[in-house]
Amino acid sequence: MNNEEDVITKIVVISSDSVLPIDAAMKVYESETSITIKETCFGTMVTGPRTAVDRVVDELRAMDRNHIFVKERGFHPGDERRCRSVRGGGPRPGFHYLREEVQMLPMIGKALDAYDKHVPPAEIHRAEKIEVKKLKEIIESNL
Amino acid sequence: MAKVIIYPINSLILSDLVERFGHKPLAMMEKIKEKVNTVGVDSPPLNITAEEPKMGLKYAAVEVPAGVRGRMAIVGPMIDEAEAAIIVNEASMAFGCMGCARTNELTKYLIRQKEIPILEVEYPRSEEEGKEFVYKIAEFLRSLSTEERS
Repeated sequence: MNNEEDVITKIVVISSDSVLPIDAAMKVYESETSITIKETCFGTMVTGPRTAVDRVVDELRAMDRNHIFVKERGFHPGDERRCRSVRGGGPRPGFHYLREEVQMLPMIGKALDAYDKHVPPAEIHRAEKIEVKKLKEIIESNL
Repeated sequence: MAKVIIYPINSLILSDLVERFGHKPLAMMEKIKEKVNTVGVDSPPLNITAEEPKMGLKYAAVEVPAGVRGRMAIVGPMIDEAEAAIIVNEASMAFGCMGCARTNELTKYLIRQKEIPILEVEYPRSEEEGKEFVYKIAEFLRSLSTEERS
């Protein structure tokens, strides 16, 4: 399948202090005619031929490179197998996962900013897992 | 540009980072797109046909539940295709039902069996850990060859 025939959907998640989902949507409206978009609470979903979507997504990313995140989506927006308007409401399958990741995005954005500035990460001391022997001792001491 | 398989296989963050540093993420979403757009696979809410558990036999034995084999029919070819891998350990959102948990274990096992560059990182739970997480992934992706591989 060539890139013109290959219709894809990309989820653009915006976790920026300076760019709002509506700004991203307006940018898409300005740039391409062969693309349809859907605004959502976390950003936008962009559907269209692969080459056009990739071009638009690059433009969107450029608005705030380290705080706009993109992934491809399997189902197109409004697909009856996923769209909640047909399924009787409730979050669509996959939304919980996305929401979990969206909560992490400010942290990842800051980390990308630090990486761009060549700031090395601080050394981290993680809590070690308790040894089985010690755990057994604790259990027995409580008997 | 290397094909990098990510685990969790549908992660927004990993998929984005791989693409951001110039490689091709091998993620579940693209494979699902192929499935749901194939004519004949349109019985809502199912998008897996009876053929998938048979295809999954290449990756899991026949006594393994059909759910695992069905998932492996999609994940397995991605592992075969992969030229590098990023695994995030103890990701909270990778927690799921037994079928998912077993598929996840098998996926990680098969990736580790392959002789490809693999990065294993811990799921970040604080800002400092986030910085380390991104730093390690970025350095790993930069170390991969950026030349086109066939």
